[in-house]
Amino acid sequence: MSAADPGSVLAALAEPTRRQVLDLLAERGEASASSLAESLPVTRQAVVKHLGVLDDAGLVTAQRVGREVRYRPRPETLVDAGRWMAELAARWETRLAAVKRLAESSPPRHTPSR
Amino acid sequence: MISDSIEREIVIAASPERVWEVITRAEHLGTWFSDAGADIDLRPGGALALHWKEYGTARGRVETVEPPRTFGFRWVFVGDGAPTERNSTLVVFTLTPDGDQTRLRVTESGFASLDLPTEQQAKHVAENTEGWRQELDELLEYLADRAR
Repeated sequence: MSAADPGSVLAALAEPTRRQVLDLLAERGEASASSLAESLPVTRQAVVKHLGVLDDAGLVTAQRVGREVRYRPRPETLVDAGRWMAELAARWETRLAAVKRLAESSPPRHTPSR
Repeated sequence: MISDSIEREIVIAASPERVWEVITRAEHLGTWFSDAGADIDLRPGGALALHWKEYGTARGRVETVEPPRTFGFRWVFVGDGAPTERNSTLVVFTLTPDGDQTRLRVTESGFASLDLPTEQQAKHVAENTEGWRQELDELLEYLADRAR
């Protein structure tokens, strides 16, 4: 279990085909690159590449079963990245509240001029 | 859905000019953003430095200066080099007059292109940001006390 870095999670999700791959995996629970490629307008090699990026980001996990590699989604990574963004957003709420207090509490020393 | 940007908005009972001062002047930036002062060269390409008592300095670069409407800067998320797309995020403030109030919108974007290659670095960032948040909480208490 590697703690995925949120930057690479977001980068992985930025590509539409990778989001489709992840959607399909979420639907099916597990799938091979070949079976995913049958449902997507890209080659098997392209799907393998996308799965590699998703794997590096911690969004999928790969398991060899005989001659086949099967992939499964790892939703916890998605949840962690979401939590990370939510924390960053909460900090902006704190900062904006501080800006509001400053702007409303201390009167301007001079009127805006020119 | 997880997106690559954060967007937040607040309505402030002050003119855009006043809000502009608070978000762009070093003396204010150094309290509501950081807690140990700030340096800013308020022009596109100008240097920005945000100082924290316990967590050191985050560097940045001013990107957009259109008073009193748009203020944008990059600030370094990882390490202490000059801001690039790999180590910094872009923050853009938009000020819109709303009657005698100001609608202040902030977007922070570019998280997807951040290079946070190792677990250790990600952990380091998490620790830093946690520290900053504690500092901001203290600031908020201080401001709340002063406003009474």
